Amino acid sequence: MLNKLYDWVDERLDITPIWRDIADHEVPEHVNPAHHFSAFVYCFGGLTFFVTVIQILSGMFLTMYYVPDVENAWNSVYYLQNEVAFGEIVRGMHHWGASLVIVMIFLHTLRVFFTGSYKKPRELNWMVGVMLFGVILGLGFTGYLLPWDMKALFATKVGIEIAASVPVIGEYIKILLAGDDTILGAQTLTRFFAIHVFFLPAALLGLMGAHFIMIRKQGISGPL
Amino acid sequence: MSNNRVSRRQFLSYTIMGVGGFMASSLVLPMVRFAVDPALQVEGDSDFIVTDQLVSELTEEPIRVSFSYEQQDAWYTSEVTNDAWVYKAGDEIIALSPVCKHLGCTVQWEGSADFPNQFFCPCHNGRYEKNGNNIPGTPPLGPLDQFVVEVRDGYLALGEVKPNFIVS
Repeated sequence: MLNKLYDWVDERLDITPIWRDIADHEVPEHVNPAHHFSAFVYCFGGLTFFVTVIQILSGMFLTMYYVPDVENAWNSVYYLQNEVAFGEIVRGMHHWGASLVIVMIFLHTLRVFFTGSYKKPRELNWMVGVMLFGVILGLGFTGYLLPWDMKALFATKVGIEIAASVPVIGEYIKILLAGDDTILGAQTLTRFFAIHVFFLPAALLGLMGAHFIMIRKQGISGPL
Repeated sequence: MSNNRVSRRQFLSYTIMGVGGFMASSLVLPMVRFAVDPALQVEGDSDFIVTDQLVSELTEEPIRVSFSYEQQDAWYTSEVTNDAWVYKAGDEIIALSPVCKHLGCTVQWEGSADFPNQFFCPCHNGRYEKNGNNIPGTPPLGPLDQFVVEVRDGYLALGEVKPNFIVS
């Protein structure tokens, strides 16, 4: 049945070369854990991507219940975690995944660093990778405020004060992040929500696309 | 060996699809159950709400009786006010829901000067007779819903909303 459906589409649109191009690529022996077990270090990039996919999916589902409003944010999180079936699991996936994705991206960075994979001709991909690291940290920072509990509030106060310590423009960064020059409140929460679910994920997807196109074009760096 | 041997390629692709499908579903199923939860919530029994309307003051003419109750909407609790159209038919008390059976607007007794002795819905000119029966040729496809009523200490109490049970 599926084969017939596939053939029907393929006959009209010739999709086989498209996915062949995406799926067929060389996996050299030195990055294949089946040949050398120590090559598992080459999996960290893929694992980062995998956890990112989980974050996007679980995040999409969480927004079905979450409200970015000072009156209701905490209550909606409490409701989705305690009253909705599997709420604990879905929120748990997003909560633990957030830490895991930072661990994975860090391990991936270490692997690239110690195998010297950032060297010519892959400097641009390293730069995009650094930007991705920044976006992920930004997602972690903005997402931390959203449950609107005491821990979230004070972590964000501290984070915004750190941003304010930047010379010259610090005060402006603070106002732009918090939405007000003294209050960390309603406007901060909506801003962080918008940044967390729209702006940073958009940047993340674009940068990941560039990251993957470059690695496909340049191939995996050679053995040590 | 039977005639339909499983080739190495088939075996691998079945195994990978099976394991991959198991892993993918263990990720996705909790999220799907989480998303469809509203459809699977069990509805609580609705209690009778006692209104401020003295039963002795009811007449043959439908009047609007407002009633308030506390509505628990997930994490949001609020005081909601709804209406019923109530009149007496002999000894029986009839309380009709004001929700139009066409597309859910609010009907009004003699809401249009052109149609006396009828419920009228301003959205698409839906009309109902006094017992809630929809008038053929107007948009509604069924009669107005009806409240189960009780008398408590002389006051009107409204219960569950049911499909109209006086129109036959």
